[in-house]
Amino acid sequence: MAKVTKLSRPKLKKSDEIYLIGIFKGTLVTLKHAYQSVFGKSRGADSLKSSGLGITMQYPEEKWDDQLPDYYRGAPALVTDEQDRERCVSCQLCEFICPPKAIKITPGEIPEGDTWEKVEKRPQEFDIDMIRCIYCGLCEEVCPEQAIYLRKDYAITGTSREEMVHNKQKLYEIGGKRVGLVNKWNELK
Amino acid sequence: MESIIPIIVIIAKIVGITFVLTLPVIAYSVYAERRFAAVIQDRVGPNRTGIPLTLFGYKKDISFFGLLQPLADGLKFILKEDYVPSHVNKFFFWLAPALTMVPALVTLSVVPFGSYLFGEALVIANVSVGPLLIFAIASLSVYGITLAGWASNNKYSFFGGVRSCAQMISYEISLGLSIIPVLMHFGDLNLMNIVEEQAKNGWLILPLWGEGLSLERMLLWIPMLISFFIFTISIFAETNRMPFDLPECETELVGGYHTEYSSMKFALFFLGEYAAMIVGSALIVTLFLGGWSIGFGIDAWVTEFFGNWAGLIHLGAFLVKLVGFILFFILIRWTIPRFRYDQLMKLGWVVFFEVALINILFAAVIMARVRGDLTGTPFIGALVGVTVFSAAMFYIAKSLDRMLSADSKEEVKSVN
Repeated sequence: MAKVTKLSRPKLKKSDEIYLIGIFKGTLVTLKHAYQSVFGKSRGADSLKSSGLGITMQYPEEKWDDQLPDYYRGAPALVTDEQDRERCVSCQLCEFICPPKAIKITPGEIPEGDTWEKVEKRPQEFDIDMIRCIYCGLCEEVCPEQAIYLRKDYAITGTSREEMVHNKQKLYEIGGKRVGLVNKWNELK
Repeated sequence: MESIIPIIVIIAKIVGITFVLTLPVIAYSVYAERRFAAVIQDRVGPNRTGIPLTLFGYKKDISFFGLLQPLADGLKFILKEDYVPSHVNKFFFWLAPALTMVPALVTLSVVPFGSYLFGEALVIANVSVGPLLIFAIASLSVYGITLAGWASNNKYSFFGGVRSCAQMISYEISLGLSIIPVLMHFGDLNLMNIVEEQAKNGWLILPLWGEGLSLERMLLWIPMLISFFIFTISIFAETNRMPFDLPECETELVGGYHTEYSSMKFALFFLGEYAAMIVGSALIVTLFLGGWSIGFGIDAWVTEFFGNWAGLIHLGAFLVKLVGFILFFILIRWTIPRFRYDQLMKLGWVVFFEVALINILFAAVIMARVRGDLTGTPFIGALVGVTVFSAAMFYIAKSLDRMLSADSKEEVKSVN
């Protein structure tokens, strides 16, 4: 049997009704916060990597980068595998699923005689407009080739619209090499 | 030539005290507000604005803890679009910002900033109606806010204007009543003389030297403390500061009376509020905390030792007290939540008004008794009179309170 107790709202004492003591206590609380943040002793200052004033980390000088979780969704990028093969086969699924239509792919053919001839296709051009991208990660989710991943880059800046479009070369630069993926085009397995 | 020199001295005082001293203090009190608020809330605040050396090709900016922030703010206000909506009453819309800023600056003319510098008192107008002039001019700033609310032709602004009008008129009463015991004690309305008296005989709420240790001052300490208390809180209400900033409360009235204002016109309202805050603090410091006097009997020694330069030392002491009070204003702002409007009115009319009235009689009886003017039967009569008066005031306050709370309860019922 659970024990049920009825609780009633606590009544204000007479001393509470004239505010003054409450106001005095309140000023002490605010002053304590002021003192603590000036001397870098605020609660949580250590775990939040405070800059020494309050619990704030001051951005351009100090960054959270090494604290980002593995599932962090930053800029989308293309990856190559152990044999330096472009994993993308330009199936255009990411282009179609992309909600803000940020991805543009021009498919290209892999010429005969190439090592990866049987893959048949690779992107001729692959542009992601980072002004449109909403970092939703659907491209990563939909990709059947494990070719596109959201990396931890978040400070994507540029001074013109053209600069904000990541082309294929830039995407591979961000993505780099990724090992341990399923190699379905690799005969050695 | 003889007649030109006093005019030059007066102009130098006006320029020095208003433009060199007070306007930067106003600008930096905004900065202080932002930094202090940030520190209270465990943040950093504006700490970047400085000399932008990177613009001239250097590697790093010099930031000076963001001390140039007021300059950047001012520049921003000047460069913003000065938009006048088509539906406003143009004349009053333009007049209102000036009417909030100007009274605040005019009242500075009678505040003594320091003692004597080469024989010249550091006060623009050494007149013998100091506090009266301040009250007369300061109540003009009600017009600024009310006209702003009305001319904006907008419901939110109008509500803000009306609220501010009612609030400032209500609190002016307790403001005026609360300093009557103070003026009775000094028997003088010249603020310079009041400060000199305090320098000699102990600050009003800190009577620890000179004649301050006499029986009269010890007994008067209680009514003076009550006066100080009511006066300070009324100044909060009068300058529309938190916790009484109902005219512009964002959650209910968008921006209150300055909803339709932008650019430099908004800046005038904004800085006018801070100017009023500084005048208010200056008045509290002058009347209750000894103005420019350093206290503890040091002032006479300072005047002797520094001779003609003593004025600057005293100016420093005054500014320290002023800054302390501004910081107190800011601390209170970030500590206490905003009052509800009926609570605000109740505090003004039901509590402060009555307490200030009783306080006047109380102080008068103490003064008359200690000076020997009131002995025997008249003294007992006066005591009975004060008691009866207090009881009547308490009864009135209590019945007003009951009436008001009954009203609000009915309102709640009808809403439900």
